[in-house]
Amino acid sequence: MSDVMPVDERGDSLWKAAFSSRSFVIGLALTGIFAVAAIISFAWVPYDPAAQDIPNKLKGFSGAHWLGTDHFGRDILSMIMVGARTSIAVALIAVGVGLVIGTPLGLAAAARRGSLLDDVIMRANDLVFAFPALLIAILITAVFGPSAVNAILAIGIFNIPVFARLARGAALSLWQREFILAARVAGKGAVRISAEHILPNILNTLVVQVTIQFSLGILAEAALAYVGLGAQPPIPSWGRMLAESQTMVSLAPHVALVPGLVIVLTVLGVNLMGDGLRDVFDPRLRRSRS
Amino acid sequence: MIHFVLGRLIALVLSLVAASIVIFFVLEVVPGDPAAFMLGMNAAPDTVAALRDQLGLNAPLWERYFTWIFGLFRGDFGVSYTYRVPVAELMGDRLWVSLPLALYALTLSTLIAFPVGILAASKRNSARDVSIMGLTQLGVAIPNFWFAMLLVLAFSITLRWFSAGGFPGWDEGFWLGMKSLTLPAIALALPQASILARVMRSSLLDTLSEDYIRSARAKGLTRSQVLWRHALRNALIPVLTIIGLQFSFLLAGGIIIENVFFLPGLGRLVFQGITQRDLIVVKSVVMVLVLAVILVTFIVDITYALVDPRLRRPAE
Repeated sequence: MSDVMPVDERGDSLWKAAFSSRSFVIGLALTGIFAVAAIISFAWVPYDPAAQDIPNKLKGFSGAHWLGTDHFGRDILSMIMVGARTSIAVALIAVGVGLVIGTPLGLAAAARRGSLLDDVIMRANDLVFAFPALLIAILITAVFGPSAVNAILAIGIFNIPVFARLARGAALSLWQREFILAARVAGKGAVRISAEHILPNILNTLVVQVTIQFSLGILAEAALAYVGLGAQPPIPSWGRMLAESQTMVSLAPHVALVPGLVIVLTVLGVNLMGDGLRDVFDPRLRRSRS
Repeated sequence: MIHFVLGRLIALVLSLVAASIVIFFVLEVVPGDPAAFMLGMNAAPDTVAALRDQLGLNAPLWERYFTWIFGLFRGDFGVSYTYRVPVAELMGDRLWVSLPLALYALTLSTLIAFPVGILAASKRNSARDVSIMGLTQLGVAIPNFWFAMLLVLAFSITLRWFSAGGFPGWDEGFWLGMKSLTLPAIALALPQASILARVMRSSLLDTLSEDYIRSARAKGLTRSQVLWRHALRNALIPVLTIIGLQFSFLLAGGIIIENVFFLPGLGRLVFQGITQRDLIVVKSVVMVLVLAVILVTFIVDITYALVDPRLRRPAE
């Protein structure tokens, strides 16, 4: 294509730059550990995460149970590994929902700036924002019952306006640029311009936001599971492990400490990755760092 | 300014109308027959019919909506199906737990975040800045309900300074009430303070790189004079936004913390409403919380316009 497109053609070097960012590498390593644990859990776990072994309940760290056992004698490491699937899947799909629905809405609003369509989309966004995310989740589960799918739906709905707003804001400034004008003169319609020229140029911004929403998604899933509105037993989930450990916390603190630390490390990892990416994508920040 | 306030006021009313329609639709239309939903699957048909009658469900949809809305204006939220008490009465008591908790947490969060953010920004990339940023990074990643559990473990179970949960009621004295809200407020405030401190820092750094700051420095002011006299006030605008957003988050986020500490607030009420399928309670609590969020947003918008006259003009 002969169009002038200021898309980063430094794709490779950007990733190389990302790997030279300390926060990105640490974040990737942290997140990677739990992602790998989740993947391995499909093939192998030390114990059946649902298998109860009452004589060995509330045991501390040992060679047989690396992370100890809970009040039913279940192996905590196995539960963490299988629970990682739930947390990562719920958060990832919820972000996907927001990205896939929100971005086109934001692009459409920007392409028809000031029109009725723009107004309707943006006011609908404000409306969703007026409902605290947790309330949306509660409303949905009140009506449809608690489940992992409804948790995804609840977190996903809240992600839509986030991406719509971001995409609109980023796209608006691009619509003023010469290369877009050139594309319009060439006879391209708003949809093609949005897809071929705007979207590739706001991708970096979207990727950084994906990491932010993903870590918020992990926290939201844990919170919902904690109050019993997330994945239901026997599916293990980090949030529910914490809820079940609450009465046990004085007897065997590790039962509450381990799942909590796992959540903290995962969220920390994703946030660090996001920070690293933002520094790399935003040359202004990069310059000020050096 | 009057035009601006009027415009915001119209937006406020419109969002309230839209929110009420959404809540009404989700809770009264989506589940099918609310009476059957509330009574569960095994209810006898005539029991369902009686409840339908009692809830006024035989009227057309629009009539039910307006009955609900006009009821809200008069403070009549309907009668709870499980408690057989007016919902307004149920909510009244609980609001006096949830609201003070949110305000307490917001105060703590602001009191922590301001000095920490300023401290970090005043010496960028110093060891102090880096360690503060690392700590806030950790604070953002901690789920508040887990932090709450750790606080209970440390201060209630081990040190026995605070009770592990429950609320004695304000009749037992102000300080006793505040004491039982302290651990929940800290649990709510710490992650929020981390976010706020980060915003404070980056907003200050942005402002400090502006031209007029350089002019002030050239004029001979020291770095800290510039920071306190010029930068801080201008850096406050994004910080205000976040504080406004945080209040609504704290009010709703309290729902979970209230469950950790067994506080009789709106959050516990809404959960009891859900498990008992008491839709009237759920509907009213959600509406009141959304009203609070929209009102706070409105107040923040107006405050902005007062702080920064540029924002009074329509956006474009």
